[in-house]
Amino acid sequence: MEVFVVSLLNGLVYGMLLFMLASGLTLILSMMGVLNFAHASAYMLGAYFAYTISLYVGFWPALIVAPVLCGLVGAAIEMWGLRRVHRHGHIAELLFTFGVALIIEKAVQMTWGLLPVPYRVPELLDFPLFRIYGTQFPAYRAFMLLISALMFGAIWLGLTRTRVGLVIQAALTHPDMASALGHNVPRIFTLVFAAGTALAGLAGVIGGNYQVTEPAMAFTMGPIVFVVVVFGGLGSLTGCFIASILMGLIQTFAVVFDVSLADLLAKFGITVTASTPFAEILTVTLPRIGALLPFLMMVLILVFRPRGLMGTRDT
Amino acid sequence: MSLLRRNWLWLLALVVLLAFPFLFYDWAKGRHSGFALTLMSEIGVMAIFALSFNMLMGQAGLLSFGHAVLFGLGAYCAAHVVNLVKAGTIWLPTELVPLAGGLGGLFFGFVLGWLATKQRATAFAMITMGLGELVSAAALMFMGFFGGEGGITIDRVMDTSLLGVRYTSPWQVYCLVLAWAFIAAALMRLQTQTPLGRMANAARDNFERAQFVGYDPRRIRWIQFTLAGFFAGIGGGLYVLIYEIVTFDTVSAAKSANALLAVYIGGTGAFFGPILGTIVVVLLQSGVSLLSNAWLLYVGVLFIVMVMYAPIGLVGLIGLHAPIWRAGRLRELLLPYLRALPPALMVLLGFVLLVELTSFTTIGAAQGKHFAIAGRTIDTTSPLPWGIALVALGLGALWLRREARAFRLRWDALMEDAKRQAGAS
Amino acid sequence: MSAPAIELRDVRKSFGPTEIIRGVNLAIPRGERHAVIGPNGAGKTTLFNLISGRFPISSGTITVNGKSTAGLPPQEINRLGLSRSFQITSIFPRMTVFENIRCGLLWSRGYRYSFWHLLGGQKALNAEVDRLLDRLKLGDRRNVQAGLLSYAEQRALEIGITIAGGADIILLDEPTAGMSHSETDAAVELIRGVSEGKTLLMVEHDMSVVFGLADRISVLVYGEVIASDTPAAIRGNAAVQEAYLGTIAA
Repeated sequence: MEVFVVSLLNGLVYGMLLFMLASGLTLILSMMGVLNFAHASAYMLGAYFAYTISLYVGFWPALIVAPVLCGLVGAAIEMWGLRRVHRHGHIAELLFTFGVALIIEKAVQMTWGLLPVPYRVPELLDFPLFRIYGTQFPAYRAFMLLISALMFGAIWLGLTRTRVGLVIQAALTHPDMASALGHNVPRIFTLVFAAGTALAGLAGVIGGNYQVTEPAMAFTMGPIVFVVVVFGGLGSLTGCFIASILMGLIQTFAVVFDVSLADLLAKFGITVTASTPFAEILTVTLPRIGALLPFLMMVLILVFRPRGLMGTRDT
Repeated sequence: MSLLRRNWLWLLALVVLLAFPFLFYDWAKGRHSGFALTLMSEIGVMAIFALSFNMLMGQAGLLSFGHAVLFGLGAYCAAHVVNLVKAGTIWLPTELVPLAGGLGGLFFGFVLGWLATKQRATAFAMITMGLGELVSAAALMFMGFFGGEGGITIDRVMDTSLLGVRYTSPWQVYCLVLAWAFIAAALMRLQTQTPLGRMANAARDNFERAQFVGYDPRRIRWIQFTLAGFFAGIGGGLYVLIYEIVTFDTVSAAKSANALLAVYIGGTGAFFGPILGTIVVVLLQSGVSLLSNAWLLYVGVLFIVMVMYAPIGLVGLIGLHAPIWRAGRLRELLLPYLRALPPALMVLLGFVLLVELTSFTTIGAAQGKHFAIAGRTIDTTSPLPWGIALVALGLGALWLRREARAFRLRWDALMEDAKRQAGAS
Repeated sequence: MSAPAIELRDVRKSFGPTEIIRGVNLAIPRGERHAVIGPNGAGKTTLFNLISGRFPISSGTITVNGKSTAGLPPQEINRLGLSRSFQITSIFPRMTVFENIRCGLLWSRGYRYSFWHLLGGQKALNAEVDRLLDRLKLGDRRNVQAGLLSYAEQRALEIGITIAGGADIILLDEPTAGMSHSETDAAVELIRGVSEGKTLLMVEHDMSVVFGLADRISVLVYGEVIASDTPAAIRGNAAVQEAYLGTIAA
């Protein structure tokens, strides 16, 4: 029971973090058709920016400044790069963001070094908030939950209560219609791209010290965010939210349950020994498969239900 | 005889490639340069890999992020076959080991292709990425087939050669690589001229139309994917013979990305584009990585520049000159090119200097290396080199812009003339 | 010769809550040149998309050469002997004119997914493509990239790809749309020639083309066939007059 509650909380924290990343990507992918490989790079940049800023002026200013910087980087990428590539089609755009992701990774390595940087939780929040069943729950995780919940509210308000938000909503499900309605689509694209990267940057600021701030963090996080977006379905922020939380829970729970297919078979009276066919596959424990689950889900969803959980159209 | 006349370019290439290692031959010691031979073998293997990647990307319009899976699984299959031959369980000539890899690639291409080719475009790219991640994770997880982190090692000297060659020297291996590279390239070239190859083009351009002339686009993609797996597997088989080890690197996303970079830089539209791209990328990788930590950055920047300004690739850029060349006026471009050269070099110099300065202040310092040009150590903390780099970059860029405009005018005028001339004749 | 080439029985199609095709019955005998006319938005192109399998039907049955097309993907309907063209030109723009036509021929000549035939050596096939190109008056454009052709040439190529496979039922969706008078005349001659002895079903707006080519005309209004008769009878049909005049007045 204690394991269950703690994992639930941790899964929720991780899921909300994923949602901050995935929501921006969903907007970009649904509206612009761009599978943005550089999205997780913005997450990494956010963490690194926050680390450097917090060295000089502390964590709290970094919480604002780093996402803004990321947003500016995003706007620059969209205006001077993506827009130029746009006429060559979606695959060219995808390749462009792939190249950008490569370059950002190398640039980060060259600027901050190959090793993880000591980006730490601010002292103010570095205490256990409460204990359940003897396990501490750090205050910082609660703070992460708070920030992401606030962001969720802000996105929701922005999309439902502002004019631009309504246009974006329309463009989400019918990307080709928005321009027909006479809106300045390039500017909206830039806005969405910048806002999406800023969100990813914010996720980096609060996620970088929760996980590890290192040059490989973008390429480990990137595919997982793709999975969430595909799973949630194109054009659906609600789907994206559900998928994020699910993915967060799946990943945290998979680590906890130390079982394998062999254990399952044992319940039916079948014993797996080294000589059983596929013994290796049967004896792999769930925590080891945990990291694989997202990719397995991505492949299966794309093959058998490309619409995702709540998507309005195929990926 | 006509066969000879039509294929003289291939023969010429074969002769040049056989002769090339002798440029690095150590006559005093009477042996080949191992470095040059390994480098060229690597280029041969990667060229096969890149060509097979282009069977999907260029021919069928399918962008795969997991093509290395087919290469790597082919390599693992070949490695196991070699070990079985060594153990005396089966018999196979050394020369045909790449074929074993190819059949492995064919099998996995068929199986994984069933999944991946259900979709196309972006969804296909994502499925292949997922498959790539799955297989590379599995490679670390399952000892039996993949050998875990240590991988599978082989000994390529197995005394089953058809030609009586023991493949103890890099030169012998290089000749084998060259032979297979030519066979594979020729087969892939011929494949573009078959009904399947043409319909792959057709479905790439307009998959709906392909349906309405009786073809199932998914079936086209699947068969094409399977065949691409076969050729990638041949590359994998050769890889095993060269390095005598296969690890999870061969199925990794980085390996897939390498093929993507090479093919795109070289050009997807022309058959030889991937080969040129492979040469550029492998040389950058092997050459630059000796001097600098930043080879991937250079490749990345080159890639971005190509995506933005020249999606037709290097071969495509060369091909653009064809009308002017036919008009016999290529010489008139020489001066504009020469004039653009100094500013271009200046930009390049400034950029490289900047990158290296940055690289040496962090990574280099951590590794205890010093930045030295012509034997003189450069102090990366003093503002002078940084200033020089920035000035070279900035001024060079401005100058290049001016020259580029002049070049453009000349180019357009020549193109116009060439078109009129072609129209008149 | 009993089964009609194409037969539609109470065919309906809805997109969401809107019913676009509302119970169409139509039988086209073999060898007939049949035109579908009707005001914009009547569902003519949708009808074509249903027959050729581009969209699934909501209810009813369609048979092609006596076989039901229910659940068949476009390529399999094509293999029943039905081939179609598109209103918005649909060719292979990056391939040459010659290769475009050849792609239209490959399946019906049994090449299927072969990767062991070299197309350069298929003399009979290539000669056939060249003969067809001459018929389409595209012979001198043989090696030009299809995307670089003029609009009228692309329309001719579109028809060429459609008929190349030798299908005995041909569906042409507005073959002369956007053409000048002289181009239209040439296109009509071409269509007349290539549909000789075959079943032709076409959507067309140009009434001179329709009355010049068709043996029989069906009038589709708001997803229903309100008349299906010979050109002379259609000309005198009151309901048709009203439908057309009505749309003009509105």
